[in-house]
Order: sequence, then structure tokens, then C-alpha cells
Amino acid sequence: MSTQKRKSVSYSKWGYIFIIPFFVVYIFCSLIPLFSTFYNSFFENYRDGLTQIGPNFVGFENYIKLFTPNSSGNILILDYTANTMIMWLLGAIPQLIFSLLLAIIFTSARLKIKGQQFFKTVIYMPNLVMASAFAMLFFTLFSNVGPVNQLINAMGGETVDFFGNVWTARGIIAFINFLMWFGNTTILLMAGIMGIDQSLFEAASIDGANSVQVFFKITLPLLMPILVYVIITSLIGGLQMFDVPQIITAGIGKPNRSTMTLIMYLNNYLSTSKNYGMSGAISVVVFIITGILSMFVYKTMVKGDDSGKKKAKKLAAKGVK
Amino acid sequence: MNANTFTPAGQKTKSDKGKMMASRVISYIFLAFVTVLSLFSFYLLIINATRSNAELQAGFTLIPHGNFINNFVKAWNDTSLVSIPRGMLNSFIIAASAAILTTYFSAMTAYGIHVYDFKGKKFAFNFILIVMMIPTQVSAVGFVQLVNQIGLSDTYWPLIIPAIAAPSVFFYMKQYIESSLPLEVVEAARVDGSNEFLTFNTIALPMLKPALAVQLIFAFVASWNNFFTPALIINTKEKATLPIMISLLRSELNSRAGDLGEVYMMILLAIIPVVIVYIFLSKHIVQGVALGAVKG
Repeated sequence: MSTQKRKSVSYSKWGYIFIIPFFVVYIFCSLIPLFSTFYNSFFENYRDGLTQIGPNFVGFENYIKLFTPNSSGNILILDYTANTMIMWLLGAIPQLIFSLLLAIIFTSARLKIKGQQFFKTVIYMPNLVMASAFAMLFFTLFSNVGPVNQLINAMGGETVDFFGNVWTARGIIAFINFLMWFGNTTILLMAGIMGIDQSLFEAASIDGANSVQVFFKITLPLLMPILVYVIITSLIGGLQMFDVPQIITAGIGKPNRSTMTLIMYLNNYLSTSKNYGMSGAISVVVFIITGILSMFVYKTMVKGDDSGKKKAKKLAAKGVK
Repeated sequence: MNANTFTPAGQKTKSDKGKMMASRVISYIFLAFVTVLSLFSFYLLIINATRSNAELQAGFTLIPHGNFINNFVKAWNDTSLVSIPRGMLNSFIIAASAAILTTYFSAMTAYGIHVYDFKGKKFAFNFILIVMMIPTQVSAVGFVQLVNQIGLSDTYWPLIIPAIAAPSVFFYMKQYIESSLPLEVVEAARVDGSNEFLTFNTIALPMLKPALAVQLIFAFVASWNNFFTPALIINTKEKATLPIMISLLRSELNSRAGDLGEVYMMILLAIIPVVIVYIFLSKHIVQGVALGAVKG
């Protein structure tokens, strides 16, 4: 890995030739669209039936509209941000707990779990399944005439309108997200735990630390950087939540818009009325939130690694005493 | 729970062993629970795909029935709303092209940055790292507008070409190249008079096969499952990809009394190619995820 020390050759023009396709495509397909999205957010530009309105420069009008309460006194973008975050949290908390438990079980030298490959294969599989198909499946399973309600009826219960109730609807969406992502998180955390210096565990056990102490004084603090990375990337992913609630509620965020996410809001403006102005403004809001979160990731990746380790080593030293 | 603790042999006492057994049993019970949790919805999907509409309406069961072929024939031949074989073909064309482009060009970019020294190399690398976090959704407005302006809406090009620039795949390739492509190999090829481009294609690429395979699968799956962008670009039903068809199926489900057995079969058909590929290559895929996790 480190045998060859940056012994590059003077064929520099080839460097440019090799990276040009990537950069040209990136600039045209992502960077220019990103800037024009920002640019669009300052214009009134939409389709009203067959008539095209704009583009007219309106300054911050779209943003003001975005944050102005509607007739019933709700600021929709804040409501939708809250919905997105609530559904993310409902899925992410069990996801972290399960993943942490599984990662510890799999990496434990004492437990020596057999059939690891099988278990890892099984828990990772939902991650590769089409989110929209997954959502459709759950929609049919939990519909008023679906198998879940048939079971409830067979046991003498009343039909539950899962998608008509705020918390069951949100719960099902969060559950699908949990199911799709806990395997992935487990594998990431396992990689993190296996990267921890084994001698620390040995030292702790020689000094008579029990499993709980080892977990809280060594594993957890040393895992912090990866844990933070996992949480923030999950949060960024959560902000993009779209496929599952879009399919389950057919795009309307039923019941009473309580499962409407930020990206569904954006999609509504973009696909139905081609409202580039409003959807542009929503994109900028999402971009800013993501940008702030990404900065945390970047910091934890660059700095957090060292300081986290030092801190953990100190803690570990204290812990074994 | 038990972490990676290490007990030197000879220090084990009897009660330790008993505790050990207990925590192993608990661990296996938990693993069994998680396995059921992961597989149960797929099991229900398969069972329901073997039942006719009437059987499905009759009640809940965990036992398969005999209408699998029946449902398959119906789902495969039904073109009233969507055509599943057509959707599979459309999705395959897009996903396969996108996966090949992503993998090839990410490897090429990573190779260019790793092997050559040139002005702006560090900037190029940092630039890709920074933009890696930008989700595609936030530039969707500008992208859709651009696609409409150049007259490429309702074509597959906007879903395939952007695959050339995939920052996260680049990052993975860069790490892999650093650990498994010695510069000596490139120099040796050069001494033998190989052209730089030929060296990359015939010498470097074969050495990156494991990484290429993993990324090929991931890119294929990501594109096959993608719903957001295709739904904004594709307008005609004949060109629709599977996720778009699922969403059509969903929005029509309330209004028309559909055959539920057929609906379950359609869902099964949409996910089965990826599941089959996964069953054969799961080992490499799971390892690939772990490799991607070990950040430099």
C-alpha cells in the first residue's frame, strides 16, 4: 500500500485527458444545473394551464412566499421539514440501536458467531430492493383490505386505516426506511469497530473490565467519528426522502399532508406546474441545510479522527484503572 | 453486550462460561429475529403472488397457493396500464448503460489523478470530494430545465450521460487504485512502449476487476431503482422505467378494481432481477460496502 511513494512520471498532459470527461459531464449535468437552480429561485417562472408566466425577475419573492403562512396559518416548508425529520428520526433511532448491537455481536471475538456471512447477506438485502416497489408492497399489505387488516379482522379486531392515521402512516414509512438501511449501517459500524486497536480490548480485559465497561469506555468513544459520520450521512439521506412516501401516498402526503416531505414538495412544484421559481427556492433551502450538515461530516472526517482517538485513549486509560 | 473483549486462556472460570453461553444464545435469538424481520415482507410478497384475486380477498395465509404461473402470465401480458416486460427492458437499457459509463469513467478519472502529476491535480481531487455530498435532487430544477431546452426530454440520454461523473464511485476507485495498482506496473508498460491510454485499458483495468465488479453492480442497482429523476424526464408510458410503472400502478389502484394477485406479481417482477444478482454475488457486495466505509 505504501511501497510506492508518489513517484509520478512526467506525462502530465495525460492526466488532463483522463479527467476531462468526468469534469465536462459534471459541469454540464450537475454544476451548471445547480447554479441555474439558484438563479431560477429569483424568478417568477411557471405554467398556469396553457399559459407560461415569466420568467420575470422577482428578487426574494419566492423565498418570502415560501416562508409566509398560508390561509390556515401554516408555513408549509417548515411543516414539511418537520415531517421529513420526524420520519427520519422514527427510522434512524431503531436503525442505530439495531446496527450497533449487530455490529458488536458480529465483531465480538468471544461470541464467535457462526453463519455471519448468511446474516450479513440477509440484513443487507433490503437495501438493494427498489424503494418504490417496497413502498408499493407495504401499501398493499397494510391497505384496508390487505393481509394485515385481514389478520386483525380474523382475530376480532376492527379494520385499522393505517394510511388514514398520521402516526401509523409515518410509522410505516419510517419502518421501510429502517428496514432498508439498518444492514448498511451495520456493515459500516463493523468496519469501524474492526479498525479499533485490538490491544486496547486486551488491556481492558486483563485489567478486569466487564463487557459493559468495555463498550462504554472503549468501543463507543473510539467509534464516535464513524458513528457521527453514519448519523450525519443518514440525516442527509433522510432529507432527500422521496420514493417511499411518494408511492405510498400517491404524491399527496396523506393524511392531511402529514407525510409530505421536502423533496415531495419540490417535486410537486416541478412536475405539475413546471414552477422553476418556487422549486428552485426549495432546492436552495435543502442545499443550505445539506451544506451545513456536510461541513460537520467533513470536519469529523478530517479532524475528528485524531482528536476522537486521543480522547478515547484517555478514556480507555481511565476506564481500565 | 459483549464487545471484542479478549480473555486470556486459563483465566476463564465456570461462571464466565455460563455467562458466555447465555450471551451467545441471546445473540442468536436476536439474529434470528432480525433475519425474520428482513425476509418476512419478501416472503409475504411471494406467497401473495401465488394467490388469485379471490383467494387474496378471502383472507390471510402464510401458505403458498397454485396461481403463481397464472399471475405471472397475467402480469407479463397485461398492457392495459403498464407493460412489465417493456419496463424491464427500458430499465435494463438505462441501468446497464449508466453502470458501464459510471464504472469506466470513474476508474479512468481516479487513474488520471493517481498516476499523473499535473497542475490543478490537488484542486481536482478536493473539488470532487466537496461535491460528493451534494444530492442530485438539489440541482434537479436546473437539470430538468436544461434537458427541456436542448430537447432531450422524454429520452434516455439525460438518464445515462450524467453517469459519467459519479463522485462517490470515483472516490471508491481512487482508494482501490492507491492500494492495488503500483506505479511500477505503469512504468514497466511505458518502457515496453505502450501508449498511456492502452496501458489504462489493457493493464490497469484488469487489475481493478474486483472494484469494477462491485461498482458495476452498485451503479446498476442504483439506476434500476431510481425513481426521482426518470419520473421528471420521461413522459410517455412506452418509455417508462419500472419505478415509474409502480407509481402508475399505485395511483390507479384505488380507482380501478385491479387483480391484486397480478399486482403482487408485478412488484415481484420489478425486484427479482436485483435479488437474483444479489444472491449470487452477495459476498462481494457486502465486502464492497465495508471497503467503501474505510475512509482514508
